[in-house]
Amino acid sequence: MTHLGVPKTYKLFIGGAFPRSESGRTFAVRRADGTLAANAALASRKDGRDAVVAARKGFGSWSRATPYNRGQVLYRMAEMLQGRRSEFVALLTQGSDAGSDAAGAEVDAAVDRLVHYAGWTDKITAVFGSANPVSGPFFSYSAPEPTGVVVVLAPTGSALLGLVSAVAPVLASGNACVLLTDQDPCVAVTFAETVATSDLPGGVLNVLTGVLAEVAPHLAAHADVNALDLTGADPTLRASLAADAADTVKRVYVPAGTPDFTAPPGTARLRAFVEIKTVWHPVGALALSGGTSY
Amino acid sequence: MTSALTDPTEAPSSGDALPSWTTDVTRNESSLRRFLAGLPGVDPVGIEQRAAALATRSIKKASKLAAIDLAIAMVDLTTLEGADTPGKIRGLARKGIDPDPGTEGVPHVAAVCVYPDLVEAAVEQVRGTGVKVASVATAFPSGRSSLAVKLADTALAVRAGADEVDMVIDRGAFLAGRVGLVFEQIQAVKQACGSARLKVILETGELATYDNVRRASWLALLAGGDFIKTSTGKISPAATLPVTHVMLQAVRDWREATGQLRAVKPAGGIRTTKDALRYLVAVREVAGPQWLDPHLFRFGASSVLNDLVMQRRTQLEGHYSGPDYVTVD
Repeated sequence: MTHLGVPKTYKLFIGGAFPRSESGRTFAVRRADGTLAANAALASRKDGRDAVVAARKGFGSWSRATPYNRGQVLYRMAEMLQGRRSEFVALLTQGSDAGSDAAGAEVDAAVDRLVHYAGWTDKITAVFGSANPVSGPFFSYSAPEPTGVVVVLAPTGSALLGLVSAVAPVLASGNACVLLTDQDPCVAVTFAETVATSDLPGGVLNVLTGVLAEVAPHLAAHADVNALDLTGADPTLRASLAADAADTVKRVYVPAGTPDFTAPPGTARLRAFVEIKTVWHPVGALALSGGTSY
Repeated sequence: MTSALTDPTEAPSSGDALPSWTTDVTRNESSLRRFLAGLPGVDPVGIEQRAAALATRSIKKASKLAAIDLAIAMVDLTTLEGADTPGKIRGLARKGIDPDPGTEGVPHVAAVCVYPDLVEAAVEQVRGTGVKVASVATAFPSGRSSLAVKLADTALAVRAGADEVDMVIDRGAFLAGRVGLVFEQIQAVKQACGSARLKVILETGELATYDNVRRASWLALLAGGDFIKTSTGKISPAATLPVTHVMLQAVRDWREATGQLRAVKPAGGIRTTKDALRYLVAVREVAGPQWLDPHLFRFGASSVLNDLVMQRRTQLEGHYSGPDYVTVD
């Protein structure tokens, strides 16, 4: 008896669940030779809104989690990605003319990238924070805090490594993320499946597949989005999205030049989505005589 | 939609004479029990299906904006916490008077709803603004006390200047079949209210069946309740669409039977604009367009006001708003 294969439907990832698009729309994903690989959900404006609501909900627990715990979860994501290596190699080779060696190297690099940022989580405060010398009887120290809900337009070209390199630093510092991708939806949604089994609280990462130019402007203008990573947008779209974002004073990150994700990642993306909070605190007891404060 | 926002004073009051059959029905406990048992049963599957079908209706653009404004005008902005302070009540009242400072044309809410000992703080704050002060009373939320205590509780609220009193019925007595006792208590509280409007909380989450909700609704209407209200908000489930359907049917039928207009107030569990608009659709379809009026329909809620304000901005500004841009209660 012949076995009838069950083709997979690539759905969205919102709030820890995999819903279809609210609009009911789908689009065809084609292999490099033009044959149909799968159907994927075509996200709408309202899917974007739902994803932001889910991200805001997820932000609470994720930003309050200890950096140590966040590191464990990111490391767990690396473990799950490693376990699905062959699946990702198959997906990466179907979407482009890359050989399986190159695809395997990309998956390995993506695993390493997650481990890299898993190590960063409990060092962000130490490295980017400071105790400030001030001329008064005060402690003054600055510490980075997560920005909030960050919308990431997935980088083009490097389907898995680029995506992981953009998402991991956003999550490492405690932000919640809405990832929007208009290229290889199979890779993005399969990555969402690895995340869904990695103890990341629901809503911290949301994945929307669709047309950037359709959904991104609504997210750029959305008042409950705190920052935008415009890596995946072309220069014209970048300019208009940055203008939309200005009305609500969002942080906007645009990489310098074309990013090379195989190179060591540096700290630009980590620093882009943190807010430095400075606290002043009086030192010692104030003497009633007005003399020394000690 | 503006025609729905008529001057409340023009709406027929519930003080008109009742038809003579009501006196027969309420003569004694057994006649009352006979009448309530004779009410037609509710078809649960049918009512839930009808409620779900109406909930799929989509309201857009200008109609949505008008519906949001109407919903804001129908909110009984409520705080019923043990930790309430006069300062919190004043803040809540200010929010009720102007739910979205800096934006033109936002209506004020219908009322602020507080505990009796905090009515004074609310009355001071809302004086001259058109916002009413409602107070829960009668051993809220359980209703487990003597009639004397319940009346004293009501008197405290009325003396402090409450325009509306939200009483709870004795669910234990109702479920035990002592409908005469419940009837007399509602009547006594109504008398203690004086000119204040009386909302009768049925606490539908404890009544177990739709048939009981229908019977309790009629009992409250017969006893003189100006409003029938679903819940205290302290019990889950609180207000649901099907339960509100049953209660809207009751006030519609009451209108047909007596000519009087009585009001409905779902309370608890209404958190989003979408929820609120679904209730408005139900009001329009089950009771009738006349009930699309803050005098005859209210939402007992607190967090829904922020969502209504955010959705209103979304309609006007063309982009989604966020909780960072509204007041935190």
